[in-house]
Amino acid sequence: MSDILLSLRHLTIALPEGADRDFAVEDVSYDVARGEIMCVVGESGSGKSMAANALMGLLPKGVRATAGEVVFDGQDLLSLTEKQHRELRGLRIGMIFQEPMTALNPLMRVGAQIGEVFEAHNRLTPSGRQARALELLTEVGIPQPEKAIRAYPFELSGGQRQRVMIAMALALKPELLIADEPTTALDVTTQAQILDLIGDLQRRHGMAVMFITHDFGVVAEIATRVCVMREGRIVELGEAREVLENPQHEYTRALIEAIPSNAMPAARQVDQTAPLLEVRHLQKVFRSRGGLFKPSREVHALNDVSFTMARGETVGIVGESGSGKSTLGRCVVRLERPDSGELLLDGIDLTSLKSETLRRERRRVQMIFQDPYASLNPRTRVGMAIAQGPIANGVDRQQALKEAGDLLDLVGLGAAAAERFPHEFSGGQRQRIGIARALALNPELIVADEAVSALDVSIQAQILELLEDLKQKLSLSLLFITHDLRVAAQICDHIIVMQHGRIVEHGSAEAVFLSPQAAYTRELLEAIPGRAHVLATA
Amino acid sequence: MNFFARFAQNRGALVGLIILLAIILMAILAPLLFPESPWRMVQRPFLPPLETEGFPLGTDTMGRNVAAGLMHGAWVSLLIGLVSTTVALAIGVPLGAIAGYYGGLVDDALMRFTEFFQTIPNFALAIVLVAIMQPSITSIVLAIAIVSWPPVARLVRAEFMSLRHREYVEAARLVGQTNATIILRQILPNTLSPIIVLASLMVATAILLESALSFLGLGDPNVMSWGYMIGAARTVIRQAWWLSFFPGVAILLTVLALNLVGEGLDDALNPKLARERS
Repeated sequence: MSDILLSLRHLTIALPEGADRDFAVEDVSYDVARGEIMCVVGESGSGKSMAANALMGLLPKGVRATAGEVVFDGQDLLSLTEKQHRELRGLRIGMIFQEPMTALNPLMRVGAQIGEVFEAHNRLTPSGRQARALELLTEVGIPQPEKAIRAYPFELSGGQRQRVMIAMALALKPELLIADEPTTALDVTTQAQILDLIGDLQRRHGMAVMFITHDFGVVAEIATRVCVMREGRIVELGEAREVLENPQHEYTRALIEAIPSNAMPAARQVDQTAPLLEVRHLQKVFRSRGGLFKPSREVHALNDVSFTMARGETVGIVGESGSGKSTLGRCVVRLERPDSGELLLDGIDLTSLKSETLRRERRRVQMIFQDPYASLNPRTRVGMAIAQGPIANGVDRQQALKEAGDLLDLVGLGAAAAERFPHEFSGGQRQRIGIARALALNPELIVADEAVSALDVSIQAQILELLEDLKQKLSLSLLFITHDLRVAAQICDHIIVMQHGRIVEHGSAEAVFLSPQAAYTRELLEAIPGRAHVLATA
Repeated sequence: MNFFARFAQNRGALVGLIILLAIILMAILAPLLFPESPWRMVQRPFLPPLETEGFPLGTDTMGRNVAAGLMHGAWVSLLIGLVSTTVALAIGVPLGAIAGYYGGLVDDALMRFTEFFQTIPNFALAIVLVAIMQPSITSIVLAIAIVSWPPVARLVRAEFMSLRHREYVEAARLVGQTNATIILRQILPNTLSPIIVLASLMVATAILLESALSFLGLGDPNVMSWGYMIGAARTVIRQAWWLSFFPGVAILLTVLALNLVGEGLDDALNPKLARERS
């Protein structure tokens, strides 16, 4: 612990006037020693990324560090000029960003982008740069590095792009690597590989890593030390093992509890004799129109998908991106038209309905959307947003608005919320509004498409609790689509695992979780970050 | 920050608004200050400005009062600008909305129709239309509207295409709202800001078009307009500069004011972009 590379002392960063609080980061002090992985954990808005931006000299306009210092190897970074900062960036401090899709220039070949790092610091000859880029790509484990070096970013998958980003960050052998949520946008299995890679590179190069994340599972996976932040302040700081096993602050405890345990919800008795939804041999192919010189492309989003679901049951559909799980959900609510197959809701085939009948039958299946910010019309008052459905189905306007108030009460927002506009609510509150809207029509089936994925862990837990509660009260049938097995395990009776448009496993939540049959399910389960820790403490 | 405060942050927009209000005031006061028809010959022709009392801007080739013509012309210009823009919006918004919302073949058909108008140069089409329909205020308003709706349709279509896949629109479809309700209640309110900005600029273009038509002698023969004044004065521009100068300045100021106001509206309606630009 003596070999301290980076040290933040009483760092305070002021936000511009009119922000929701005065300081992004207030009186924050922590050290990062050589050869350790320091995890900075917090939910959105906790200020966890701000400190990293300050030390890279990348603070957004209007945001300034007002007090304290950031000492990197004996040098106060806050007093550097832009030119001195630029020399430090890339050379001694490398950075990986969250969004691998946008962090690379789409018009530049991968090799040239890595070469730019050397060019910016006047290292090596052009041919030497390419040779080094190839070495780096090999080191970060990209398949076929000779081909990848000539590829454009769009030809690579998300995980491969993140590897390219890591290669760029490592190009000049920095002493400190800052990773800002580098795995958040990736699938679980890819996330596990990237975490492995970062840990491996850190050991080999003896770098210090500052790893910013919202996920305690990731912390359990790689951290040496942890710093938990909330609303701009540090709530807990210590050795990873110590914090994970014996958290002092209740906020830390709440975050750790959000890592799933092996505790299963009590299996409920569901009447399997009268299926509510029967899906038979559903097919959906997306075709991109081919041009004169390019062939048309086909993607099998759904390939012979069949399952049944009983009334009052919660079925989870789990899969990684591109598995067809969202397409399945959209077919069930008929936002998408399946190519062939049947969707029987209470014996009525939804696929054969024509537009006007379909409009009238729509109320029976409702949806809760993923993005709480995009799913509410910014110019419609919340009460009206909920009442719109019943009004469109012939309920009297006054009556519908009154019921909207009752529903807002039910989801825990209070009837007074009806008069306000969506932008006055937080993400979690908006998601409650979305749930109220789905309930307004008394649907027989609710499809929740990644309904909690965009939310912070603690908010996620609250929304799941609300759904669980509503399920009991209203005996809802819920089709719960998620990429997160941990979430599915908390709320679902049955789980369907999908891959490449096919169902690879279907069984009770307990069976899928504890004795998975398909190799792919096992792979998914093993990739869950923090699983080893959970198994050790369970 | 409220809407006006954001608008007022753009100094130019504030200046534009003041000029515009002055021109509107001119139009309103014209019948009070100059109750006689601006076409009446009231003095010796070619009186230079500021030489004879009661004729601050002088008289024209026929002895008509230039100041009276200028003020009465303000009313015509503003009226034509506003009405033709309204008509253009009435054509362009529904077409663009339907094309953008339904997409596919409907979109193809409507956009080919729009392109048909876009391929003919604006001004040439306007001249032909006015010439066929006989010059009058109505025909001028219609001609200007017909040549200026395609950009509106394109803008509205683009907005609708990006908004129709938003989750709140899909949610509205799911609860069984009709297409008409979704277009009018869910999507249209969210496209208003760019439409308002475009409309303010279209008023300016319409005033220019009207002036150009009148300059060519295609104006309504019964109303005094700035374009007509410049057109009538072009043969004597070396002897009597004031005849074309004052209406020219009036057109310049009005168009400038409308453009400034349009930019201010843009800033006020998109506060995020405005902050990045400054």
